[in-house]
Amino acid sequence: MNPLAQIVRATRPIYRKLSTTATTASAAKPIPTTGFCFELTDEQKALQELARKFTKDEIIPVAGQYDKTGEYPWPVVKKAWEVGLMNGHIPEHCGGLGLGVFEACILSEELAYGCSGIMAAVYITEVGQTPIIIAGNKEQQKKYLGRLIDEPLVAAYGVTEPGAGSDVAGIKTRAEKKGDEWILNGQKMWITNGGVANWYFVLARTNPDPKCPASKAFTGFIVEREWPGVTPGRKEQNMGQRASDTRGITFEDVRIPKENVLIGEGAGFKIAMGAFDKTRPPVAAGATGLAQRALHEATKYSLERKTFGVPIARHQAVAFMLADMAIGVETARIAWQRAAWMVDHGQKNTVMASVAKCHASEIANKAATDAVQVFGGNGFNTEYPVEKLMRDAKIYQIYEGTSQIQRLIISREILTAATQTN
Amino acid sequence: MSRVLVGVKRVIDYAVKIRVKPDKSGVVTDGVKHSMNPFDEIAVEEAVRMKEKKLASEVIAVSCGPSQAQETLRTALAMGADRAIHVEVAGAEYDTLQPIHVAKILAKLSQDEKADLVIVGKQAIDDDSNQTAQMTAALLDWPQGTFASKIEKTDGALTITREIDGGLEVIKTKIPAVLSADLRLNEPRYATLPNIMKAKKKPLKKVSAKDLGVDLAPRIKVVSVEDPPVRQAGSIIPDVDTLVAKLKEGGHV
Repeated sequence: MNPLAQIVRATRPIYRKLSTTATTASAAKPIPTTGFCFELTDEQKALQELARKFTKDEIIPVAGQYDKTGEYPWPVVKKAWEVGLMNGHIPEHCGGLGLGVFEACILSEELAYGCSGIMAAVYITEVGQTPIIIAGNKEQQKKYLGRLIDEPLVAAYGVTEPGAGSDVAGIKTRAEKKGDEWILNGQKMWITNGGVANWYFVLARTNPDPKCPASKAFTGFIVEREWPGVTPGRKEQNMGQRASDTRGITFEDVRIPKENVLIGEGAGFKIAMGAFDKTRPPVAAGATGLAQRALHEATKYSLERKTFGVPIARHQAVAFMLADMAIGVETARIAWQRAAWMVDHGQKNTVMASVAKCHASEIANKAATDAVQVFGGNGFNTEYPVEKLMRDAKIYQIYEGTSQIQRLIISREILTAATQTN
Repeated sequence: MSRVLVGVKRVIDYAVKIRVKPDKSGVVTDGVKHSMNPFDEIAVEEAVRMKEKKLASEVIAVSCGPSQAQETLRTALAMGADRAIHVEVAGAEYDTLQPIHVAKILAKLSQDEKADLVIVGKQAIDDDSNQTAQMTAALLDWPQGTFASKIEKTDGALTITREIDGGLEVIKTKIPAVLSADLRLNEPRYATLPNIMKAKKKPLKKVSAKDLGVDLAPRIKVVSVEDPPVRQAGSIIPDVDTLVAKLKEGGHV
């Protein structure tokens, strides 16, 4: 048998095996019979054009200023909301466009090219919405997604705690049933949009028995910022993506009506994890956008700066760095495209999403570091655009699942598949 | 005033570095980014604003060119035009398409569609002709308001502020009329994502120049296209007297 067919045969079980649960509420697109296609549709191209124009006119001119002040970019977020760049995948019955993950990725890459901090501010609301999109009932969707369409409000995803990030099952925030309500107590940390969100998706432990498995012990809730007992902490000063608002949030005897439970008691863990299939590809796309920016800036500079009588681009040491950046950008792009395409067409994409996110975050860091290197002394200085890229890139290896967690996911599946085939 | 016809042209994007073809017959267009002529964007924006102010009921976008002209029409639809007409002109005929032909096409369409107003960009950034609006007005025997930087409608008449060399000129014309948009007329909006999605469903009609009875034979022949001369280096002069002497030498004073 030809070797390519053998490889396809061997790797296919990895993806097929994961079709245990179908949590997507939106209809999967039918798979075209025409095989691979690497061309965007006209609509996707128009979307990309719009995002590119928006980035050039609205984000790039102000990115440096928001990075310095750390202020939340409300004017940019409001404009993005007006132009329709946010909330793309809210279902049509709530007034949204019902776009796919692929479209969200196109937007993310373009916006992150301008500033990944502002992109995070614009995009993270969709991470908060995803559990409601995949697991919310029609009333919850109409109420909480609808209000994001009606007004420029944002949501947030509240799972991480001071004591538990990668170990989601180790979270301590608890919710106790009291009559028709749940009483929420605990603390979340590093919640992006924490200070500006209108509501949060919160994961809490509802079964106190330590022997209860993770798949039954947690529940997902929609918690409104305005409810008594919800206290966002101070805005954290981070290394990069400083325009993004990250905070700790304290919940003290917050009363949640039972209507705000997603699916039912004990269903939270799967919802929280299932959201990642849809949110990791856009984060990967964002990292790709950052890497693309690093490549463009480094290329431009290398054609202007002269050493030893020629533009530094003529020195292979520099040219090869640009080539390696390009290799990273192209492969990261293909990876997010595939991960996004898979989930939009109803295929379980968990492993591919991890591959894309892990790979993109690493090439983004390498590209940003190399861009600073190409700029030399100037690269270290705040008057030039690349030191910001290096500071912004780091978080991509940490949030939305650390690179180590991604490797755990990928290796687990490789090994499980291997033990299942002869 | 009910129908506004807006002419839009697909041109090489303003940010692209233009390269002349080695055979000097024109510029390289293959694989080069194209977009709507910036002055035409301003024209579309003005037409859409008139519709929003209830001064117009329908905006029709028109473009003459090959199949890619439909992308430009979709942008116009996404900005708020109601329907589009694509006058298909391709290949060699497109290479020799000139303002006189476009003016005849727009004039015929204006009559067929019973337009009350024709708005186009003042000139295209590729040929800089600045002729289409004027010729269209002449063919229709309608008044023209070119280089418009402000358009106001008052009881069946238009008050147009024009940017001219000496400053601003305000004229009044009756309707129907032909206008051409200048830079400061307005700031074009973003085509929002929902509108981009909706644009796909708006009607786009295809016609040929022959259907409209327009003969596309060229009246002007392009002899050659060349790069502008490379800028000569300047020289640094020690004082004003030397400067004056040099200017006198060069015959500049």
